[in-house]
Amino acid sequence: MAGMSTIRPWFAALLAASFLLNAENGKAELSLHGFVQGNYALNTAASNPDGRDSKLAEERAQLKLEADQGPFSFFVKTDLAWDHLDDKEDLELREGTINYTASSWDLKLGRQMVTWGLGDLVFINDVFPKDYEAFFSGRPLEYLKKGVDGVKIGLYPDVASFEVIAIPLFTANHFPDSGRFWLYDPLPGVTNRQTDEPDSSLDNTEVAVRAYRDLAGLDLSLYGYRGFYRQPAMLPDSADAPTRLTLWYPKLAVYGASLQGSALDGVVSLEVGYYDSRDDRDGGDPMIPNSQARLLIGYQRQFWEDFTVSVQYYGERMLDYGNYTATLPPGMPAEKRLHDLISVRLTQLLMHQTVKLSLFAFRGLSSADYFINPEIKYNFTDHIWGALGVNLFGGGEPWTQFGQLDRNDSIYFQTRYEF
Amino acid sequence: MKRLALLIMFLAACLASSALAASPEEIVQKSQAAFFYPGKDFKARVMMKLISANGQERLREMTLLRLNTGAAGGEQKYFMYFFQPAEVKNMTFMVFKYPAKDDDRWLFIPAINMVRRIAMQDKQASFVGSDFTYEDVSGRDIADDSHELLREEVLNGKKCFVIKSTPKKADSAGYGHKLAWIDKATWLPVQEEYYDRAGTAVRVFTAEAVQEVKGFATITRRTMKNLQSGHRTEVSYVSQDYNVGLEGSLFSERFLKQPPKKWIE
Repeated sequence: MAGMSTIRPWFAALLAASFLLNAENGKAELSLHGFVQGNYALNTAASNPDGRDSKLAEERAQLKLEADQGPFSFFVKTDLAWDHLDDKEDLELREGTINYTASSWDLKLGRQMVTWGLGDLVFINDVFPKDYEAFFSGRPLEYLKKGVDGVKIGLYPDVASFEVIAIPLFTANHFPDSGRFWLYDPLPGVTNRQTDEPDSSLDNTEVAVRAYRDLAGLDLSLYGYRGFYRQPAMLPDSADAPTRLTLWYPKLAVYGASLQGSALDGVVSLEVGYYDSRDDRDGGDPMIPNSQARLLIGYQRQFWEDFTVSVQYYGERMLDYGNYTATLPPGMPAEKRLHDLISVRLTQLLMHQTVKLSLFAFRGLSSADYFINPEIKYNFTDHIWGALGVNLFGGGEPWTQFGQLDRNDSIYFQTRYEF
Repeated sequence: MKRLALLIMFLAACLASSALAASPEEIVQKSQAAFFYPGKDFKARVMMKLISANGQERLREMTLLRLNTGAAGGEQKYFMYFFQPAEVKNMTFMVFKYPAKDDDRWLFIPAINMVRRIAMQDKQASFVGSDFTYEDVSGRDIADDSHELLREEVLNGKKCFVIKSTPKKADSAGYGHKLAWIDKATWLPVQEEYYDRAGTAVRVFTAEAVQEVKGFATITRRTMKNLQSGHRTEVSYVSQDYNVGLEGSLFSERFLKQPPKKWIE
């Protein structure tokens, strides 16, 4: 995927400027942290499509540099990875920002992580880029999130707090690589494919807004987004005998809300969203996602010391289903009107919280597929930890969310020295 | 100076004699006020050493901020910023403490820039893996236990009340009963022993150093030892201060994500 491993010139300039800014003043406070990490995943069900037996084999070093100077601060988090499967190095700027903080507002410019909404591995109002390959291949969970390239302004009047984000440079989701993962492809015969990402223009600049405040002891957030789907739609050059596919990103707007608070001896979460498919308002184009209503209900509770259970229900309902089925080409598998699933996460900490046993599972209600991820993590010392886990997929149909990943089961190992 | 010392001694004597008439509940109330509520607010840089029976050490370093939003025994807000271990560097944790209902807790995870509420009903749960529980850090509701003044005795050269506290509901606490030696001069606990329901001592708290800070006697070094596992946790304050001017607005999502240097350093 474009942009994943490249550092855009804009950011190189930003970084250089920040270094200069901080070099000017000897008083600037610097801190340097980071880690080195080994991360490996072995197939347990089948070889990869490319014939290899491993989803992941890499070492990685991350450096986090922070500096402060008055109201300005500067932060860079950058990864250098050695990928043994493709035998290449990969330099990735995970985050790189200049921040300005005033008493009632602040500003963050550059590549930054934004996490909105209340879902645990399901997303309604978190419209920001994800890296699903990282997640499914057994990398630490933080790698599911990718930064956005833009500017965020925080406003903090008494009535509520606001985040306003403008993203001039589009970042797509990163989906599993077809050489490493078995995936459903509706048009496997068409290998001539090109990807069209939205150009950087004022018109294409994504805008995301969040307003949040306390409401009678509950955390209330309202969200709005205008931009693009991050999962590409397929455009064949001909409906009957396609020879070429264009992967492109249809226009999207999302409006939503979330509410979270203490209730029922635990924490209850509620999140809703309306997905407005701006390039397919009447739902008559089966190659573009239908507009949707999305709902999440979550509940988290600690049952005994260091043992926590969280459960979620997540559903997305197509809003122009009649037009979708009426125009779906014969031979294409029809999606159901309602796609919904439940999840459960169990976490038990042991031995003064140095051992973490966790189990996460999705069960598709509409699609009858599943994803199961048990993991054990141990902190050998304050600096070194290791984790061993399994990703299991299956059930459903060959084209459903987790059913298509059936042959990608793997066992993974992560170890990290952190300083 | 001599006069001042005499005056303080006189006042202390008055306090001590008035304390004689106090009921066990009043003693515990005064002790909680002195231990968990002094000042309008409080700031400390805390080093927490977790030491296993075989001597392996783990270090937790944090800044602890506390703001009293009610009277002693009432509501409080806590803010914690973690420096160490490296895995949780920049992590912040916020608690709104309510005496009569479950606390609200939020955790900020810097790697994905996310603030989440966390469910934690169990106030007897270990605080960051240490031998201290959340209740040991922020106090337990006085009304949850029945209190009894067993005797008065001198411990480590300090005149103490010895109070026995027994949970009114057996499953509301991690102990069967607790003995506390409360210093008559400062109202701070000098030692506490926690017993299981069978009457065996399981944990011991000792206050090793007390300093006066802005007129408030403050335990600056303490240890909680688990007598069954041999594991212990030593807590020392590197620095501490009261009435530093914390504002309610600090205890917000904005500052969980970007804690002001001024308050955490």
